[in-house]
Amino acid sequence: MKTTSRVLVALAVCLAMVACTKKVKTDDNANSNNNAGADSGAQTNPMTEDGMYGPEDLDTDACLRQRVIYFDFDQDNLKPEFQAAIACHAKYLRDRPSARMTLEGHADERGTREYNLGLGERRGNAVSAAVQGSGGSASQQTVTSLGEERPTCLDSTEDCWSKNRRVEISYSSK
Amino acid sequence: MKNFFQHLICLCLFVAGQSSAQVLDLGVISGNEGSLPIAVVPMAYQGKMTAPELQVSDVIRADLNRSGQFRSMAEASLIARPSRGSEVRFNDWRLAKQDFLVVGRVVDDSQGLYRIEYELYDVAKQERMLGLSLTSRAKGLRDVSHQIADQIYEKILGVRGAFWTRIAYVTANGVGKNIKYSLMVADSDGMNPQTVVTYSEPLLSPAWSPDGRKLAYVSFERGNSTIYVQELNTGAREVLASFKGINGAPAFSPDGRRMAMTLSKSGNPEIYVMDLATRSLTQVTNHYSIDTEAVWTADGQSLVFTSDRGGRPQLYQVSANGGEPRRVSFSGDSNAKASVSYDGKRIASAQGKGSVYRVSILDVASGSWQSLSPGNLDESPSFAPNASMLLYANKEGRRGVLYAVSADGRVRQRIVLADGDVREPAWGPFRQK
Repeated sequence: MKTTSRVLVALAVCLAMVACTKKVKTDDNANSNNNAGADSGAQTNPMTEDGMYGPEDLDTDACLRQRVIYFDFDQDNLKPEFQAAIACHAKYLRDRPSARMTLEGHADERGTREYNLGLGERRGNAVSAAVQGSGGSASQQTVTSLGEERPTCLDSTEDCWSKNRRVEISYSSK
Repeated sequence: MKNFFQHLICLCLFVAGQSSAQVLDLGVISGNEGSLPIAVVPMAYQGKMTAPELQVSDVIRADLNRSGQFRSMAEASLIARPSRGSEVRFNDWRLAKQDFLVVGRVVDDSQGLYRIEYELYDVAKQERMLGLSLTSRAKGLRDVSHQIADQIYEKILGVRGAFWTRIAYVTANGVGKNIKYSLMVADSDGMNPQTVVTYSEPLLSPAWSPDGRKLAYVSFERGNSTIYVQELNTGAREVLASFKGINGAPAFSPDGRRMAMTLSKSGNPEIYVMDLATRSLTQVTNHYSIDTEAVWTADGQSLVFTSDRGGRPQLYQVSANGGEPRRVSFSGDSNAKASVSYDGKRIASAQGKGSVYRVSILDVASGSWQSLSPGNLDESPSFAPNASMLLYANKEGRRGVLYAVSADGRVRQRIVLADGDVREPAWGPFRQK
């Protein structure tokens, strides 16, 4: 019994010593790696928390890829079908405080050009207010209006007009 | 030698091609029944220099026709070609049912100048109403022709003519990323177009200074709307307003010292008046609606503007110092972009009914409206300085075109750029000699 306990102690001491030398060796390796710089081929990754948006999601996430909000004639109230997209963009702004969003308001060709500048801005402001309502900071958003000056569709038909009455969401900083 | 001629032909083709691409194509659209018959006889060149290319009588005839007040005899129908009063057989012109007759000739003046001598006759009375002469360089013959048309118009109707004036408008050429916007100035008949500014971002809302020397306009070249003022003779320009939000709808006051404009720096489009000397701003409207497109009444005391404070866009009038606006338009679903006649008696507007927008004129005293245009998307009416005619914009297919229409709506003429989209017409003030 006494002999077995002596052997165990010796073993433990041995293991401890091995562990010690190993530890020192690892530290040395780490230092030399640092001195060698960043070209070691090692890949670094930012920590992501579950559920947080990153810039790549702007291109891949189905909800964030919705960047155009459409409106009815001479209206600036948001239709229910765009609430989900607005909530996603609000969350993106919350998740990424360095991100900057531009909301560009547009109108169809009916009505005068200057009135439509006002209408485009009103629509941009409506989307901005909804994004803020979902927690996106106003300081991350810029609203501009192009009125009826940049139509996506050129015919004088309701089909075209409905495509031109819009707010385009873009990110000047992702 | 052969080479020289090839070059000459190439040069000619180039010049011809350029002018056909730039000159506005004019065509009378509707009739001018009930207007005054006048015969304008071609004015023969009787000098020793090279005969001028421009036939003065062609310009005069076209001007008088476009006004809707006159119908001039077609050149081919002229029964005689006298060049002075002593050669006129009045009975022949009376039988040809002409009320008025213009005869004249082009002779040499000193130092290579031309002199146009002309006479206006009342055919029934066989009386000379005008006998005048004007001198001009060959290049200035269009201007002189318009001045003669103005003199004839004023003598017969007692109203100052507005043919010797200029118009400003915006063109868009190309598609997608190659689109180019240009602010243009041309003679009142669309001839002699000149580019004032060109950019790849939208330009809109040109507004003349009362002396005709400057244009204010809105450009998006900085990304956001910005108001510029540009001197036409030098091309020099300055930024007048570049606040956060909308900077739009500039309008010079009648004395040229103030500028009405729309700014949304408060978060909402409101009408402001800027003192151009001090750049200080007075806020005129304060309402959560869209207030825009202010224009001045001739006395400089008040502004007529567009507001949707009642639900849809309508015209309102307010003191230029601020105060409670009074609604002016009560016809149609909407009214926008007012143009006020020089005497304040009439206000033109783009009036909407459903999806149809037409130029309509309000007689301020009676409150009655007259529709002037038959299109579906007619907008941007702009009175001539004598209020006898208006310009407006219309869309044909995907292309914007301009029309000139007599203020009674009887005569309309399309003014269309050979290529591209034309919009935002603004009729300039009377020109100073």
